Amino acid sequence: MANNHLHLTLKIWRQESPEAKGYFEEFKEEVSPDASILEMLDDLNNRLEAEGKRPVAFESDCREGICGTCGIVINGHPHGSLPKTATCQLHMRNFNDGETIYLEPFRAAAFPIIKDLIVDRSKFDNIQQAGGYVSFNTGSAPDANSIPISKDIADLALDAAECIGCGACVAACKNSSAMLFVSAKVSQFAVLPQGQPERYERVHEMVMAMDESGFGSCTNTYACEAECPKGISVSNIARMNREFLKAEIKIPKLEVKLR
Amino acid sequence: MVKLESKVPEGNLAEKWTNHKFNMKLINPANKRKYDIIVIGTGLAGASAAATFGELGYKVKVFTYHDSPRRAHSIAAQGGINAAKNYQNDGDSVYRLFYDTIKGGDYRSREANTYRLAEVSNNIIDQCVAQGVPFAREYGGTLANRSFGGAQVSRTFYARGETGQQLLLGAYGSLNRQIKNGNVKIYPRREMLDLVIVDGRAQGIIVRNLITGELEKYSAQAVVLGTGGYSNVFYLSTNAMNSNATAAWRAHKRGALFANPCYTQIHPTCLPVHGELQSKLVLMSESLRNDGRIWVPKKKGDTRNPNDIPEDERDYYLERKYPAFGNLVPRDVASRNAKYVCDEGRGVGGGRAVYLDFSEAFERIGKEGVKDKYGNLFDMYQNITGVDPYKEPMQIYPAPHYTMGGLWVDYNLMSNIPGLFVIGEANFSDHGANRLGASALMQGLADGYFVIPYTIGNYFGTEKPEKVDTDRPEFKAAEDNVKDGINKLLSINGSQTVDSLHKKLGQILIDKVGMSRSEKGLNEAIKQIRELRDEFWNDVKVVGTGKELNQTLERAGRVADFLELGELMAVDALNRNESCGAHFREEYQTEEGEALRNDEDYSYVAAWEYIKPGEWELNKENLEFEFVKLATRSYK
Repeated sequence: MANNHLHLTLKIWRQESPEAKGYFEEFKEEVSPDASILEMLDDLNNRLEAEGKRPVAFESDCREGICGTCGIVINGHPHGSLPKTATCQLHMRNFNDGETIYLEPFRAAAFPIIKDLIVDRSKFDNIQQAGGYVSFNTGSAPDANSIPISKDIADLALDAAECIGCGACVAACKNSSAMLFVSAKVSQFAVLPQGQPERYERVHEMVMAMDESGFGSCTNTYACEAECPKGISVSNIARMNREFLKAEIKIPKLEVKLR
Repeated sequence: MVKLESKVPEGNLAEKWTNHKFNMKLINPANKRKYDIIVIGTGLAGASAAATFGELGYKVKVFTYHDSPRRAHSIAAQGGINAAKNYQNDGDSVYRLFYDTIKGGDYRSREANTYRLAEVSNNIIDQCVAQGVPFAREYGGTLANRSFGGAQVSRTFYARGETGQQLLLGAYGSLNRQIKNGNVKIYPRREMLDLVIVDGRAQGIIVRNLITGELEKYSAQAVVLGTGGYSNVFYLSTNAMNSNATAAWRAHKRGALFANPCYTQIHPTCLPVHGELQSKLVLMSESLRNDGRIWVPKKKGDTRNPNDIPEDERDYYLERKYPAFGNLVPRDVASRNAKYVCDEGRGVGGGRAVYLDFSEAFERIGKEGVKDKYGNLFDMYQNITGVDPYKEPMQIYPAPHYTMGGLWVDYNLMSNIPGLFVIGEANFSDHGANRLGASALMQGLADGYFVIPYTIGNYFGTEKPEKVDTDRPEFKAAEDNVKDGINKLLSINGSQTVDSLHKKLGQILIDKVGMSRSEKGLNEAIKQIRELRDEFWNDVKVVGTGKELNQTLERAGRVADFLELGELMAVDALNRNESCGAHFREEYQTEEGEALRNDEDYSYVAAWEYIKPGEWELNKENLEFEFVKLATRSYK
């Protein structure tokens, strides 16, 4: 098997702590084309540990592209240049023998670097806490089939709900905008009947939380969609903009009515 | 010896839970806010429990080692969730789901628990739909179902191949709502490293802040573990990289009994191992067995391209041996048979794989139809293997996937330590010796949404645990214990890495405590694991310090626990002189090679009490079957 191994030069971002100055460290690596890029890093770390050196800190969990934990900028692309593929699903057969690969953390002011390739994405949770749910207490639900939902609508909601919350959209955007991430959750509930009672309040609260978190604005470059490992569509952003506009018109009226 | 009381309520099977709910003590709404609960883990069980506690008005602290609750490994469940809705009008009922589950578990689960699981299954679907979980729908707008292994009805609800993700995000949403309203406080990037017991009750935990390395102490009037299973003891499994047994194991070392550790499930439809660097095994949802047909060549060592092998030279071995269930036999049966044909030398690929062929489905519902049902799984297969499954049959092989064993709990999901509750995969209770597909999500959410919110109130109402302060000596002692363990790991400075030692443990376990076990192999495994444990504690190399983000140190602690748990798995498998469900002892099989149960001597839960490293005492809870007649499982 050894004959088809790739011989690579890795340039990996090293940064001891949030405050420390970062730099690229160079490593030589020989790897099987069947391994994933994270398995290559496992191998590198195992070697570094055996030599008593500090391994490269990076995060991953499911390694099936669904948990959203992993996320590295590979040669300038969040999750690498293979479309609709998370870092953990990127296999070395997509690289060439002799290639130099740059590995960096997701870069955004709202995602401070913790160590090496690990960033803090807790702002995403803050946005979800602001309204990314249907307020429904356990135990009071009607029969599941009592609200028919057409297949098209269910599919549309699921297309948006597939977002894995990895943050590649933010890393891909020149403005570090989180619009794709936020709009995916807003869209899921905007199209479903279950989401209607809180439809306008939800978009209002989530957009406010997004803005407070230090993410940039959207200028429609569509880089987010191009880099999204789940292929979440920018049409969700358009929907969120419409929802937000409606909310800003309706919420004051509702408040007047309630008074 | 610990006295095990299952606390199963009196009455008819169908009335037990209803009666119990009526008889349990209630806490009035104003008093609920006086009770603190700690929940460890934010998977389906932990997140749904914490959210529901918050809704009820309890004060909840939730801990996860992830950066966000949404990362928990429940997210990766693909296939679906069972419920006895009978929406397909195909003869399903609560009793049938109960019966299938207890039969699938080879009659080694507690009857009343399994019935309750089936009973609340319908509420789960209602709850999740109300939360906006986008389940698959028919064109008429009603919910769609598919069938799964071990059942002859279609009762599985799904959202493409991402059911776990959608259910977890639903629970995560409910949890977020309670975080916003202040009833739940979330502590991410914390790993539980010890349980604190005060006056015999679970009253707190010690966690390590994974960013700073600081140890932190938290107290509460009850501790709930929803920390998942231990398949990663095998090193290669379908579990996520960080999934581990440490929280449960540390509770075990504080006195919680560990039940049926040898019941580990090897999932039949995973991608084969590609090579040395393999870090985990990837599952392909079992739902693929609905439309895919499993076969190997009839001839040994047939290296032809699968498309060149004619029909009459293929052996559809599951359809041949089990005509009634065919490719939909339970997981343990499917896995074992894959092992057998590969042992015979008829495996494909590198020899450890069988084909999963969709050509018949392509003809029946078209490639588009297959794509609609399994598109993301086909994409995943192509991405990982580089082979197009629309053109060539998939290659699959079994891999460790789920653990039915876990901490012992009574009917109220409380362990033998008062105040310590265990939910989801972390407990042992509902699946017996084998779990049916699409039942893990069901159990996680049943425990979290519909069982523990009632039973924890009963504990508070009857036991009235006091609030305790973390300045108490018990907290200091537990903290010192954790500190000593960390310092010891860092001080060894040997020559072997944590991963290399974990790989060695995994190899022992998969060879000797895996799909097929024997007395000789198990004795060898126990000896080898003990030697490996000594090797670990004398020669492991953990770089870095304890006062920083140190992933090597995190893994070292988990592998140290696996090295003890692995031995207990072998001890339990050796004790159980029968074959049942996923536990297959070569000495105990029928002439046809099927599992041979011994109900006379082994119809009990083996609950192990920790004495010291490598020494346990066996406690037995006899399984009483009042309503179901024990029968030999047959899927022929």
